[in-house]
Amino acid sequence: MEIIRLENIWKSFGKIHALEGVNFSLKKNEIVGLLGDNGAGKSTLVKIISGVFPHDKGNFYLNGEKIEKFSPKLARQNRIETVHQDRSLAENQAIWRNFFMGRHKTNFLGFIDKKFEKKETLKILQKNLGLKGVGITPDSPVSSLSGGERQGLSIGRAMYFDSEVIILDEPTTALAQNESQKVISFIKEIKNQGKSCILITHNLRHVFEVADRFVIVSRGKTDTIINKADTDLDNLTKILIDHAGI
Amino acid sequence: MNFILKYRHQLIITSILILLLCLFMFLSPRTFLSSGIYSAYMSTIPFTAVLALGLTLVIVCGEMDLSFPAVMAASGFVFSIVFIETGSVFLSVAAAVFTGGLCGALNAFLIVKIGVPSIIATIGTQFFIRGLTVLLAQGLAKSLIGIRDTFGYQILSGRIADFIPMQFVWLVILTIVFLLILNSHVLGDRIRFTGDNANAARIMGISVNRTKTFVFIIMGVCSGFSGVLVCSEMANWWPTQGEGFMLIVFASVFIGGTSVFGGKGTIYGTFIGSIIISMIEAGLVSAGAQGLWTRFVYGIVIITAVSFYAKTSDKKIGQ
Repeated sequence: MEIIRLENIWKSFGKIHALEGVNFSLKKNEIVGLLGDNGAGKSTLVKIISGVFPHDKGNFYLNGEKIEKFSPKLARQNRIETVHQDRSLAENQAIWRNFFMGRHKTNFLGFIDKKFEKKETLKILQKNLGLKGVGITPDSPVSSLSGGERQGLSIGRAMYFDSEVIILDEPTTALAQNESQKVISFIKEIKNQGKSCILITHNLRHVFEVADRFVIVSRGKTDTIINKADTDLDNLTKILIDHAGI
Repeated sequence: MNFILKYRHQLIITSILILLLCLFMFLSPRTFLSSGIYSAYMSTIPFTAVLALGLTLVIVCGEMDLSFPAVMAASGFVFSIVFIETGSVFLSVAAAVFTGGLCGALNAFLIVKIGVPSIIATIGTQFFIRGLTVLLAQGLAKSLIGIRDTFGYQILSGRIADFIPMQFVWLVILTIVFLLILNSHVLGDRIRFTGDNANAARIMGISVNRTKTFVFIIMGVCSGFSGVLVCSEMANWWPTQGEGFMLIVFASVFIGGTSVFGGKGTIYGTFIGSIIISMIEAGLVSAGAQGLWTRFVYGIVIITAVSFYAKTSDKKIGQ
């Protein structure tokens, strides 16, 4: 079953054509790697899916229904969540506050159920991030987490709130090798829990390890779509270099 | 140990308060070991502290407000004319607080809708509001001497058991409300995230603009209420009212441990900070020092406190 389907999507910013007839689809419980050079249109594409930009032309279907008006809020209501590197956390705030940001459990007067939220956060910290007995508590600020752990927190948060589609924008960029490996295992967890994921990355090895399908964005078009079963890492690398060299 | 680490800022500020009190008791035992001085303090601390509570929310939200002295004067002016016209303290308070909220809404409009940075917008409104008030008042003060015979006065500025001023009771109530808002209410959470990382807040569905509008209106309401308390206590309104409060209110907030970068601050710190700032002048004078010393000691206290905070920040101690 297709959760997201884009047909012939166009988007320009003034005179710059970012997308020129893009086709894209995402099935349930599928991880799609979105590949391509800088400025190829990957970010624009996911921003349309997450409701940040409206598309100019083309059809956007969500669970089979055609979308006319979309916004970040509607995207979230439809359980599409984007995890930006660092950008969806507030560093100085406690981990539990970040975890429930914008979605606090409150009583009828708007007061937060802190006890419940801290307890749930602790569970996620221990289960998803494997942070046991290292001095990190739900009350610690996010700044006390490593880069990989922050990604894990964001991914864990998206899954906790039952997101169907998690969009990861360069989740391993600027991370050390062992930190990247942690993030890869969080992404595998998305698949294990039956959710879907769009993964944007420059790192072919990482994306090859987790994705089911690869969509190559080149000059605002998505001409090449490859199933993992039909390729290997070397072949994928070669295809990508060919695209960049056009 | 965790408790000390977590509440270190609160402990620092409380220690400074206790140290200062001990120092004053040592220097002038006759004044500081009798109750009169404390009653006097409780009557004046709320003017600064009510402003500082509102400003704490503004700064945690990552914004600035330099217009509150003028808003105080404008609200005090409205309080005075409504009281003189109607004789009703309750009506006057309502009108004054509404005026304060309106001034806050004007700030919010400029900052959120027009997009003027708050520090610049509120420099503008500070002149505009003060100027308009002085024009409307024709530059003349208003006597409110009749207010002392009213029941409303007893509620605003009366003394409980001839000792605790009512304005201090109001301050305590407001402090508790603000403490709950910033620490436990979803509004306080929105303020923290807006100040810490507005983009993240937006991505996670927090309305940053609405949050900013809210804090500026609250700041206006606080300024209005502080103006009311001053007018009621002094039974007088004058066109330059509020002018002396600008820097001491900022000092109260910052020695209380609130970060100028937004996202971090404590209501408890601001409350104690206002007490410290309000204590220094009378403390020095009764200790036999000349009034000339006041600013110098303010300087020492502020520098000491903010240096402590810088040295014990999260990053420095690896929290």
